[in-house]
Amino acid sequence: MSDHSAAKAPGPVYRLGDAHPGDRGVILEVRTSATGSSEAVDPAELELRLLEFGFVEGARVEVLHEGPLGGNPIAVKVDGMRVALRRGEAMNVILTPEAA
Amino acid sequence: MTAPGIATVALVGNPNCGKTVLFNALTGGRQKVANYAGVTVERKEGLASLPSGRRLRILDLPGTYSLRARSPDEAITRDAVLGRLAGEPAPDVILCVADATNLGLVLRLALELKSTGLPMVFVLNMIDIAERQGIVIDVEALSRELGAPVTATVATRKRGLEALLELAAAQADRRAAAPPSGWREPTASEVRAAHRQARDLMRTAVRPPSRPDTLTGRLDSLLLHPVGGVAVLLGLLFLMFQAVFTWAAPAQDLIEAGFAALGVGAEAILPDGWMTGLVVDGLIAGVGSVLVFLPQILILFLFILLLEDSGYMARAAFLMDRIMGGAGLHGRAFIPLLSSFACAVPGIMSTRVIDSRRDRLTTILTAPLMTCSARIPVYTLIIGALIPNRTVGGVLSLQGLVMFSLYAAGILSALGVAFLIRKVFWRGGSEPFMMQLPDYKRPEPGNVLRNLGQKAWAFISRAGRIILPLMVLVWALSSWPAPPEGAEGPAIAYSAAGRLGHWLQPIFAPIGFSWEMVVALIPGMAAREVAVAALGAIYAVGGEEGALAGILARQWSLASGLAFLAWYVFAPQCIATLAVVRRETGGWLWPTVMFGYMLGLAYAAAFLVFQASRALGLS
Ligand SMILES: Nc1nc2c(ncn2[C@@H]2O[C@H](COP(=O)(O)OP(=O)(O)OP(=O)(O)O)[C@@H](O)[C@H]2O)c(=O)[nH]1
Ligand SMILES: [Mg+2]
Repeated sequence: MSDHSAAKAPGPVYRLGDAHPGDRGVILEVRTSATGSSEAVDPAELELRLLEFGFVEGARVEVLHEGPLGGNPIAVKVDGMRVALRRGEAMNVILTPEAA
Repeated sequence: MTAPGIATVALVGNPNCGKTVLFNALTGGRQKVANYAGVTVERKEGLASLPSGRRLRILDLPGTYSLRARSPDEAITRDAVLGRLAGEPAPDVILCVADATNLGLVLRLALELKSTGLPMVFVLNMIDIAERQGIVIDVEALSRELGAPVTATVATRKRGLEALLELAAAQADRRAAAPPSGWREPTASEVRAAHRQARDLMRTAVRPPSRPDTLTGRLDSLLLHPVGGVAVLLGLLFLMFQAVFTWAAPAQDLIEAGFAALGVGAEAILPDGWMTGLVVDGLIAGVGSVLVFLPQILILFLFILLLEDSGYMARAAFLMDRIMGGAGLHGRAFIPLLSSFACAVPGIMSTRVIDSRRDRLTTILTAPLMTCSARIPVYTLIIGALIPNRTVGGVLSLQGLVMFSLYAAGILSALGVAFLIRKVFWRGGSEPFMMQLPDYKRPEPGNVLRNLGQKAWAFISRAGRIILPLMVLVWALSSWPAPPEGAEGPAIAYSAAGRLGHWLQPIFAPIGFSWEMVVALIPGMAAREVAVAALGAIYAVGGEEGALAGILARQWSLASGLAFLAWYVFAPQCIATLAVVRRETGGWLWPTVMFGYMLGLAYAAAFLVFQASRALGLS
């Protein structure tokens, strides 16, 4: 079941911010320094917020829907809870396809 | 309320797990409940009684994912739990409320709450839904691992409340000496460790659903569909307007006829003279002209309540996020702005869920531009009086079209103002946006009806408290002083109101307002719909006969009427809104800014509309 768009996510590891509806995976890492997005909060704070919302290593993620304009925000299921977030923040969540 | 010996029990948990339903059930409270995260933004307290006669003080608090508060509402929860609120010690017991179908995050919160050292009871609420889905929870294992008693409830059916109160009381007795709170902000690695612990707990104590809910997924594939979802959202809004302006008509006719009969009856009973004038022209004509709008306002509220209680609200916010973000608005500004269609006051209060102060202020400043229900009387009256009742292109009603463009003008100007503030004056990065999408639920009829009853009562009592006394004043000022002997023209022109109106009228001449309109604006500063009542009273005293709409159709030019509508899209005519802005921002600065900018926009818009309509030859 590792059929996610290899075009956008080279290799088996990809960012949640690049994912599309139907993609599933397990969170490999939550890391908030790499992206140069124009966040108003510092990376450490953003990392805590992602963690507190359930985006934590080992959590199962499935992308359900994307917004009508530019595919933003996205709706995902994290360990059974449905959450909406913007792709900018989702860039900090790194996924690996779930072992089938 | 805070008699010594009564233990305090605080309801803490993730947003939308049912804390407020539980609070209402335990205390007989009537706090607002709805199916989205961030409904409760204040601390509320009430008393619960045990069968033994013992009483407990219950605190309802805003939902949160962690004690490390990010937004003003979460700060209230943190401060209440840690005993940092002025004049209030930490609670004796924490009731950690969980949505039993969604335990992952709340277990981590429970571990964090335990580090405060306060006795805790862990409440598995919504156990009815968990059972339906076949989730099996090993209560003993959970209780052992958490080191706290665990009990199950169905707050909406008042199931499990007695056991819950017994456990809370027992825990309160356990708290002999106040332990020092061991809580401090956890680091990222501590949060990760707590997540691992919570996951282990889940594995030992919870068997995942054997019949998972599929309804939410199926509904979402339509309602969040990029095309279908937007179509449904627009369709719902269209249906809402249709309903407000067509379904209400029969009930409105009934109320109108009722007040007319009341006027005739009063005239027959009362002796001739000023008493009859006051009662018939001032009170019955004035208050009646506003109360006719009760059916419309109730239909609007009914729609909003159904959307809120079904779980759709978060979906609408999802679909609109990109547009809001483009205007510089925070993702969580959607629900406050949408509730402002009903009334800006609760809308402004619910901005407490927004973490960044600038984003919050931007939302507060733009919320009153959304067309609140108090504008409905003004808009409906003037459109009905001045816009011909015909169709455009064979299908669309011209009156409906004007109404729709007034709503659109409000929304677009809110987006424009937000854009100016956030992209010109207060540039900055975008705030992270994460929002829970709750499972859909059938709206609770009891909850919806209770809310609707509260709204109806609020509208009627406002008519009694604000409109009635103001009408006495308007009537008196437009009846006295009487014209001098042998005076020319209508008597009302010599009254205090008439003189004031004529005196102020030159300021409003460029925007096409007559002196009657100017006079109506003055009591209309208290609340928007008061202007309608004031117009009713002024024209009645002035000797005009018949329904107010008919009078306006005779007296007003189309250009003036359109200018009056444009004025009302923007004018800051609501004391309650200004007062809540003062309270929420902690000073007079922001209410003053709001008043100034809205007044400026109102005058400019009315000026443009009046001059343009005249240039186009509309009269
Ligand atoms: N079926 C069922 N629904 C419930 C139960 N308890 C609450 N609900 C529903 O859950 C939703 C949320 O309830 P609230 O009481 O507003 O939740 P809250 O925890 O106060 O939420 P916030 O104030 O946003 O933190 C409402 O739609 C309730 O009708 C329950 O035991 N069973
Ligand atoms: Mg609540």
